[in-house]
Amino acid sequence: TTETLICSDSNLSLMILETASKKRKRHIGVGDDENGCDRFTICQKLWETVQMNTEVIQDQLNKKVLDSLAEFIKKPGLACSSDVWRQRGSEIPTAALMLGVNVPDHAMTFRSLCNLLQDSVTPFVVSVHAKECAAVKLLIQKVLEQLMGRGVSVDEEQEDDTALLQKTQCTISALCQWYKTKCTQVSPKRKENLAKNDLPVVVIFKDFEAFNSQVLQDFILICSRYTQELPFVFIFGIATSPSAIQHRLPHSVSSLLCIEVFHSLSCTQHLASVFDKLILNSQFPFKLSSRVIQVLVGIFLYHDFSVQNFVKGLQFSMLEHFNSQPLSVLCCQKHEALLSAKILSKQNVERIRHLPSFMRYVETQEPQEQVRLLTNDEHVKVTSFYSTIVHIRELHVSCIEKNLWETEEYDSALQLLRILAKDELVAALRSCAEILKSANTKRMQNVLQQLEDFLGRLEALQGVSSEDSSGNGVVSAKMEYQRTDLFQLQKTLLEKESRRTKRMNPFEVLRSQVIDFIDSLVREYLTPAEFQPLNEVCYYSSSGVLRQRLNVTPRTSIQAALTHPFYYLKNESLKTNTGTISSAAPDLCIVYKLHLECGRLINLYDWLEAYVTVMSAAEDQDTNSEECGKFDSLKHARFIQAVSEMEFLGFVKSTKQKTDHVARLTWGGC
Amino acid sequence: MSHQKSFQYADLLSVLERVVDIMSAPDQYSYPSVFIYGHRATGKSHVVLSIMKDLELPHASVDCVECVSSGLLFHQVLSAFFGPDAAALLPRCPSLSDFVRLYKQMSSNSPATQTRYIILDRAERMRDMDFSLLPALLRLQELVNDNVTVILLSEIVWEKFRPNTGCFEPLLFHFPDYSKGKSLVQILSWDHHPSYTPELYASYINILLGVFFSVCRDLRELRHLAVLNFSKFCEPLEKGEAKESDIHKLWKNIEPHLQRAMQTVYLREVSSVQWEQQQMDEKEATTLRVLSAHAHIELPYYSKFLLIAAYLASFNPARTDRRFFLKSHGKIRKTNFLKKHEKTSNHLLGPKPFPLDRLMAIFYSVVDSRVAPTASVFSQISSLVTLQLLSQVGHDDQLDSPKYKCSVSLDFILAISRCVCVCVRLLDLLALSLVIQSQVVRQERSLFTAVSNLHLL
Repeated sequence: TTETLICSDSNLSLMILETASKKRKRHIGVGDDENGCDRFTICQKLWETVQMNTEVIQDQLNKKVLDSLAEFIKKPGLACSSDVWRQRGSEIPTAALMLGVNVPDHAMTFRSLCNLLQDSVTPFVVSVHAKECAAVKLLIQKVLEQLMGRGVSVDEEQEDDTALLQKTQCTISALCQWYKTKCTQVSPKRKENLAKNDLPVVVIFKDFEAFNSQVLQDFILICSRYTQELPFVFIFGIATSPSAIQHRLPHSVSSLLCIEVFHSLSCTQHLASVFDKLILNSQFPFKLSSRVIQVLVGIFLYHDFSVQNFVKGLQFSMLEHFNSQPLSVLCCQKHEALLSAKILSKQNVERIRHLPSFMRYVETQEPQEQVRLLTNDEHVKVTSFYSTIVHIRELHVSCIEKNLWETEEYDSALQLLRILAKDELVAALRSCAEILKSANTKRMQNVLQQLEDFLGRLEALQGVSSEDSSGNGVVSAKMEYQRTDLFQLQKTLLEKESRRTKRMNPFEVLRSQVIDFIDSLVREYLTPAEFQPLNEVCYYSSSGVLRQRLNVTPRTSIQAALTHPFYYLKNESLKTNTGTISSAAPDLCIVYKLHLECGRLINLYDWLEAYVTVMSAAEDQDTNSEECGKFDSLKHARFIQAVSEMEFLGFVKSTKQKTDHVARLTWGGC
Repeated sequence: MSHQKSFQYADLLSVLERVVDIMSAPDQYSYPSVFIYGHRATGKSHVVLSIMKDLELPHASVDCVECVSSGLLFHQVLSAFFGPDAAALLPRCPSLSDFVRLYKQMSSNSPATQTRYIILDRAERMRDMDFSLLPALLRLQELVNDNVTVILLSEIVWEKFRPNTGCFEPLLFHFPDYSKGKSLVQILSWDHHPSYTPELYASYINILLGVFFSVCRDLRELRHLAVLNFSKFCEPLEKGEAKESDIHKLWKNIEPHLQRAMQTVYLREVSSVQWEQQQMDEKEATTLRVLSAHAHIELPYYSKFLLIAAYLASFNPARTDRRFFLKSHGKIRKTNFLKKHEKTSNHLLGPKPFPLDRLMAIFYSVVDSRVAPTASVFSQISSLVTLQLLSQVGHDDQLDSPKYKCSVSLDFILAISRCVCVCVRLLDLLALSLVIQSQVVRQERSLFTAVSNLHLL
C-alpha cells in the first residue's frame, strides 16, 4: 500500500533514475573506455536536438488554440462595455482550456501560453497551482506576489513601496490601487495595441480539478466585486471535462462567469507528430528497435498519456544506449560517422567483428572476402561504414510505407493498395516518388526511374479511360432513342458492361504490376532492422532494461531485496539456496522470511523466538553456548528494530485485536 | 440600477420606514446592532448602501467574503472611519482587543458627531471566523463607547447565527421576496430600452417572467436574462413583421427562444457572449455545444479499468465479490443471497468506501491481461484522485489502508466500459451489478441465469 505514496509522482522517480544513470554513465565513461567522452558529447548533442524538436512540435501544435485564447482575452472586456443599457452585471470572462488527462504535459503548454500572453496581450499574467493555494488568503497572496513582484522588477524605484506590503493589506482592493497606478505608467505603445481597452489581469488556474472548490468560489466572489476597476480574465486548465466546472461551482458562483471552452490537441495526435519528427526521421541517427518502441508506446497508452514521459523514455534509452554500447560512437550524422570510423581503435574494430549482425553479414560474403574482413582493420572500417549508411537510407524508405514492424499490417496495406482506385494509386505513387527524389544513391535513382515509368503509363491510361467514359456517354445518349425495345436495351447494357471490364483491364494489369513492383521493392529493402549488418550501432534494443527502469515495480524489488539480499548486496556469504534462511543475512531479511510463514496475525513472542533460534544457530558453531544468554538483550533490540523497519516498509502493523500481535498486510510474494 | 427602485413598491415600504427611522437621528446613540436578512437579490445591501449615500452617513462597508482574517475586517473598518494612517497602526496579527483599543483611541481624538455604521455584507461568513468576533461586534457600541451601529446583512435567518453562549440580540429586519405580479415587473421594467416604449418592455418582462419565474427569482439573474434576450424579442419589430401591439405574435416568436435559454444560458452551459452571437447569426441555426456535452474523458487504458473496478467496489457489497470475480466460487445458495438491507438500490445509497486492496483485487480480475503491480498503476490511482474521479475518504491512516470512493456516475462508467470492453465478461459484470442494484433482485430467475452465464464464461 505504500506504493501509492512512494510513487505518487512517477515523473519524479523517473528523474531520479535518470540522474542516477547519468552519474553512472560519467563514471563508466571515464574509467572504462577511451571514447566514453565522445559518446557522451554525441549523446548530449542528440538530446539537445530532441529537446528542441519536441518544443518546436509542441509550439506548432498548440499555436491554434493559444492564438484563439489570446484573441479571447484581447476582446473588449464585458464588464467595461460602453453601452450603459447593455452593461452586464459582473461576469468575468473565463476560458475553460481542455488539456486532457496527461497532466505532466501541461506545464509546457502553460509556459508558452504565459509567454504568448505577456508578449502580445498583457503584462499582468498570473498562474497559480492548486498546491500553493489551500486557502483564499494564500491564493490572493500568490496572485498579488506574482503581479506586484513582477511590476517591481521592471522599475527599481518603486521597490520600497511594495516591500512594505504587509500581510494584512493582501487584498484585491490593494491590487486595485496598484493596478490603477500601474496602468497610467504602462508604456503608451502597448496601450495603442489594445485600442483604448484596459489591460486585462489574467489569472491562470493550472489544475482546476485539484483546487478546493470553496477557495475557488470565494476567490471568484471577491474578484467579481472588483470587475469594474480590475478587468479580470480567468483561464481554467481542465484535465477532465468542462462539466467539472459545474461540479465544483454552484450556480450562484458560475453565474458570475462567462465561460468559453477551448480544446487543445489530443495527446495521441501530439505523440504521433513527435513520433514522425524523432523516430521515423532519417536525420535522427539514433533508432529504437520495435520492442523498445512497444514498451514506450505501451507506457504511453496504458499508463499516463504523457508525451513528456515518452520523450523522457526516449532520453533514457539514448543514455542507456550510448552508455552500454561502445560502438555507438558511430551513431551520428554521416560525415561525422565517417570521421570517427577512420579513427576507430583496434579494440572497437574487434568489437565490430563480434557483433552478431556483422558475423551474419560476413557469412553471406564469399570466402576470400570473409578472410579479408576478419583480418584487415581498414577494410572492416570501410565496409562497416558503408553498411551503416545504406542501412539508414533503408529506414528512410520505411517511412514511405508506414511502420513495417508487423507483417500483418504490411499485408493489409498491400491489400488496400490492390483495391485502390486509379487516382488514389497515382497519388500514392506520386508521393512515393516525391520522397524518393530526395534520395541520391544510384539504387534509389533506379527505383525512382521505374516508378516514374509506371506513373507515365498510368497517366497515359487515364487519357484512354477518360475517352472511354465519354464514348460511353455517347452510347447512352444514343440509347435514349432506342428505349422502345426493352430486350435490346438489356443487350446493349450487357454489352456495355462487358466492354467496360475489357477496357478497364489494362489498368488492372498495370495496377497489379505496380503492386508487384512495390512488393518486391519492400521485400528487397525493408528487411527487418535486426537483420541489417551493424544495426547494433544505431538501434537500441534492450527493451527489458527499459521496462525495468521506466515501469518500476517497487514492491517486487523490495521483496526481491528481502528474500535474496545477495541480489543487491553482492556479498558472497549471502548466497543461499532458496527457502533456507541464512543467519548472515541482515536482520530485516531474516525477520521478513520468518513472517512469511505466519498467518494474518503474528505473535510477536513466537516471532522473536524463531529469530533468536536462527541467530543462535550460527553462533553455536563458533562460540560457547554459555555466552548465548549474554547477547539476548542485544538480539532482542535488533529484533525490535527489524520489526519496526518492517512496519515502516508497510508489511505489518500493530493491531488492536490482540496487543501482543501484529497484523500482516501483504500476501503472496516469494 | 436606478436609485428610486427600492422605494418604488409597497412590500418593502414598512421595512424601509423602520430602517430609515433608526437612521433618522444621527446625532443620538443608535441601536447597537441591526440584522437584516432576506433572499439573494432582494435589495438588502442596495437599500442600506443607498440610504447611506443619500443621507451622507459615515459608514464602513465590508464584504465578509473578502475578510479572510479578522485582521482585514478591522483594517477596513478603521481605514474607512479614521483614514489609512489609523489602520496602519494595527499590529501584524491584530486581535479583537487591539481593534477595540485603537478604535477607542481614535474616536477619542475625533468623536462621532453622528452615528457611524459598520455594514457587514454576507455576514454568514462571520460564523467561520473567530467565535468571539460576532458577539463582540454585536455590542461594539458598549465596548468602544462610541456612537456606532453594526449592520449585518445575510441570506440566513438570525437563529443560525446565535452562539451557544448567548449574545446581545440585534434588531431584526426581514426583506421579503419580490412578488411576481407587481414588484418584479415594476423593477425589471425600470431598465427599459431607450428606443422602445416602456409598455412594450413591460409586456416583454411579463413574457420573460412567465417562463423563468418558476426556476429563478433572482432579480439580478432575471435582469441579465432580460437584457440578453431583448434583441431577439424586437426582431419582428425591426423587420416590420409585427407591430408593438401584436403581443401575441411577439410572444409566439420569443417563447421557444426563452425556453431554450432556460436550458442553456441560464445554467451557464453556454456563455452569454456565445448566446448573443448565436442570436445574431440565427439563420445558420448552429447548435452550440453546451458545456455538459463534452462529458467524455479520454483516459489511459489501465485508468479506465481502475475506474471500472472502483465503481464495482463502490456499488457492490463486498460479500458478493467472491461470486462475481472468482471463476470457481462454490455453490450458489438461492436463499438469502442478499440481506434485506442490501436489497435497496445501492444507487440510492450512494458510493461506499472501499480499501485499496479490494480495488486492486477487482482490478486484476477485471483487466484481461496480466498486469504487473508497477508504480505507474498505483500512481494512476492518485492521479484519478486529483482528477476527482475517485475521492479519498478518511485521512487518518493513509499509509496503511487508504480508502477510496468512486465519484463518477453510472453513465460515465458505461461509456468507459463500452470503449474498453473487448471481453463480454466485463459487460456482464456491470450488467449484473446493475441488476443487483436496481431492486430487480426479486426476479431471481433472471439474476441467476445471468450468474450462470457468468459462470460459464
